[in-house]
Amino acid sequence: MTAIETPSAAGAPAADAPRRRGRDAQGTRRLAALLLSPTLLVLALVIGYPVLAGFRESLYARGEGLDAQGFVVEGDRFVGLDNYTAIFRGDRADAFWNAFSNTTFFTLTTVVLETLIGVAMALIMHQAFRGRAIVRAGILVPWAIPTAISGLLWRWIFQADGAANAVLRQQILWTADGFPAKMAVVVAEVWKTSPFIGLLVLAGLQMIPRDVYEAARVDGAGPVQQFFRITLPLVKPALLVAVLFRMLDVLRMFDLPAVLIGVNQKSVETLTMIAWFEASNLRYGSAAAYATVLFLYIALIAYLFVKLLGADIIGEARRRSSRQSSRRSRRARKKAA
Amino acid sequence: MRRIPLIGGTVVCAALALSLSACGGDDGGGSAGGAGAAALDGRGPITFVTGKDRSGNLQKQVDAWNSEHPKEQVRVIELPDEPNDQRQQMIQNATTKSDAYSVLNLDVVWTAEFAANRWLTELPKDRIDLSKMLPATITTGQYRGRLYAVPSTSDAGMLYYREDLLKKAGIAEPPKTYDEMWDDCAKVRKLPGAKDIDCFFTEVNKTESMTISAVEAIGSAGGSIIGEDGRPALNTPQAKQGVEFLVKAKKEHMPKEAVTLDTEGGRRYFQSGKLVFQRQWPYQYALANSDDGSSKVAGKFAVAPLPGPDGPGVSNLGGHNLAISAFAENKATSLDFIRYLTGEQAQRDNLLATSQAPTIAALYDDPEMVKKFPYLPVLKKAITNAEPRPVAVKYGDVTAAIQGEMYDAVTGKKPVDQALSDLQAKLRPLTAQ
Repeated sequence: MTAIETPSAAGAPAADAPRRRGRDAQGTRRLAALLLSPTLLVLALVIGYPVLAGFRESLYARGEGLDAQGFVVEGDRFVGLDNYTAIFRGDRADAFWNAFSNTTFFTLTTVVLETLIGVAMALIMHQAFRGRAIVRAGILVPWAIPTAISGLLWRWIFQADGAANAVLRQQILWTADGFPAKMAVVVAEVWKTSPFIGLLVLAGLQMIPRDVYEAARVDGAGPVQQFFRITLPLVKPALLVAVLFRMLDVLRMFDLPAVLIGVNQKSVETLTMIAWFEASNLRYGSAAAYATVLFLYIALIAYLFVKLLGADIIGEARRRSSRQSSRRSRRARKKAA
Repeated sequence: MRRIPLIGGTVVCAALALSLSACGGDDGGGSAGGAGAAALDGRGPITFVTGKDRSGNLQKQVDAWNSEHPKEQVRVIELPDEPNDQRQQMIQNATTKSDAYSVLNLDVVWTAEFAANRWLTELPKDRIDLSKMLPATITTGQYRGRLYAVPSTSDAGMLYYREDLLKKAGIAEPPKTYDEMWDDCAKVRKLPGAKDIDCFFTEVNKTESMTISAVEAIGSAGGSIIGEDGRPALNTPQAKQGVEFLVKAKKEHMPKEAVTLDTEGGRRYFQSGKLVFQRQWPYQYALANSDDGSSKVAGKFAVAPLPGPDGPGVSNLGGHNLAISAFAENKATSLDFIRYLTGEQAQRDNLLATSQAPTIAALYDDPEMVKKFPYLPVLKKAITNAEPRPVAVKYGDVTAAIQGEMYDAVTGKKPVDQALSDLQAKLRPLTAQ
C-alpha cells in the first residue's frame, strides 16, 4: 500500500515543475561533482598516473650497450613503439605466445573448475544442518591462507616423494618444467580460490526469499528443477561478479606458479612473469610494454564478459531502479487521472 | 613499483648538479687508469647491507667494530633470504642514487653488472691486502681489470661419496674420472641390499644450479661457456663433451626425480642413504654428519675433488664479495670496515661460527681448522682450480638462457648439438661488447 501512496505524493508536483527540476538537477550535479572530486583526485593519482606513467615508460629504452671502459651507456632514449614490436619478433615472440597461452589456459581451466566447485560449496554452506559453522569455516580456510604460503604447501605435496604421488601411487614429476607442472598450478589455484566464489554465491543464495521455493514446491517442482529454474537465475548476478573478479585475478597470476614451480619455467610462465623478468633485468621499458599489453588483454576480456553475459551489477541495479520508478510514476499518473 | 627508477632517472640531473662530486669525480678517476681509484674519503656512520645473518656471528663482529669505533658506527641492514630479492633491493637503492647503503655484500656473479652500471666504487688495490687471498676468489671481485669488491667468503662444489660402500666393494680411492665413477657404482650395486641405490647426482633443475652444473661439466671437459675473448664458446667439442656427460648422467645414473631436486632436495636424498656419489657445496658436510637422526649417512661419507672425463674435474666458484656503493657517504670508513671483515681474524671467526668457506689461503692449512673441518684441503684444491660462472653485465639474461637450453638438452627435449647452437646464438647478442 505504501508503494502506491508515496509515488502519488511524488507524482503530484511532477506536472507543474519541469523548470525547477531542471535547475535543481543542475545544482545537484554540481554538488555531486564537488563531493566526488576528492575521490576522483585520489583515483587519478593512484590509478590514472601509474597507468599513464607506465605507458610513457614503455616508449623508452635505456642502458643499451657498453662504452670503451665497459660501463653501461647512461640515459633514456625515446624508442617509440619499438618495445612493443620487439615483443612479437623472433625468440621473444615465442616466449610471449607461450606465456599468453599459459595465461589463457590457466584462466579458462581454473575459472571453470572454481565456478563448479564454488557453487557446490555455496549450496552446501547454505543448507541448515548440524555443524554448519564448522563446515563453513573449513571451506573458507584455503582462501585465508596467503598465496605464497599455499604455494609452498603444495610444493611439498607435489614433491617427487610427496603426498600427491603417494596417494596416486605414481611417480609424476610435478614440480619439473613440463605439463604436470601446469596441472599442479591448476589444482593449487582451484583449491585456493574456489571458496571465494563459494562465499559470493552464498551471499547471493541468502538473498533469495524462501517463499519462492515454497511456491515452487507447491507447484510440484523437484530439486533439480528448483536449482535450474530458481536458484541459478536468482543467484546469477552474484555469480557473474564473482567469476569476473576471478578472471581478472587469474589473468595477472604471478605468485602461485612462481613459488610452486619457479620463475623462468616455460610450462607455467605467465605474462606477469615475463614482465617481472624484464624488469628484474633492468629493461623497465620493455617490462612496461609487456604490462601494457597484459592490461589491454585484461580490459578486453572484462569488456567482452560484461557485454556477452551482462555481468554489470551496478548497471543492472540502476536499470532496475529506474524501471521501477518509471513504473511507479506511470501508475501514479493513471491513478491521478 | 617500476615507476621508481624513472623518477630516479629524471632526478639524476638535479642530484648531479646539487650533490657531492660523487658520480662525476668517480667516472674521471675510475675510468682513466684503474690504479688510481677515486679518493675514498669521509668518515662516520655507515651501513652494511647483506642477506640474513643466520648464526648471529655477523652482529657479534659488527658489535666488536662498533665498540672500537664509536664515531664510525656500522648498522646492519638485513635483506630477504632470496639472492634475487637482495639484488633487486640493492639495484633499487642504486637507481635512486640513495646513500642509505654503504657496504654491499654481493654474490660473486653480480660484480660485472653492478660495476658496469657504475653502482660500485672502484677500490684501491694498493690499500687492500689481497696477497693472502686465493687468487681465484679475487678475480670474482674484478671487472675489466679493475677491483670493485673484496672476497669475503668462497664456495665450490666437491664430490661427496659413500666411503663405507666403496670400502665394502673393495675400492680404495674415490674416482678421478667419470668412467671410474660409473664402474664404482656398478661394483657397489653388486653389494647385498644395494641393488637400487642411485649412482650420482648433480643439480639439473631449471634454476641457477643448472648453470652451475653446466659450467662444471663443460669446464671439466676443458671448455668454457664464454671464452677468453668474451664471446660464447659453445661450438667447441669440449662444450659438447661436457653437456653430453650431463645428459648421460641424468639418463643413466641419476635418481628419477633428479630434475625436481634442488640443493636441499639433493641433500635430503644423500642423507637418506640412496646415493653413492653427489656433487654438493661444503655446507652439507656438517649437516650430513649430524647424529640427531636426520642423516642416515653420518660418519659414512667423505669428500673428494670432482671427477672429470680424463682426470680431476673443475668446480664452479660461489661465494660473496664486499663492495662500496657508489652513492655512499663515508667511503673511508667503509673501506676500513671491509678490510676488517675480510681480515684473517674475522674470517677465522666466521669459519668457526658459520662454516662458510674463507678466502684467506692460510686458513685452509691451519691444523686447528682442518681438524674441525676435515674437508678444507679438498675445498682449497677445488677453489684453486675453479671455473667462474660467465662474467656478463647482463648476467640475468645469460643464466636464464643457459638454464633453458641446458634443461632442454638434459631432459632430452632437444639434441645436444641443437641446444648448444641455440645457446650460442642466444648468448652472442647478450655478451656483445
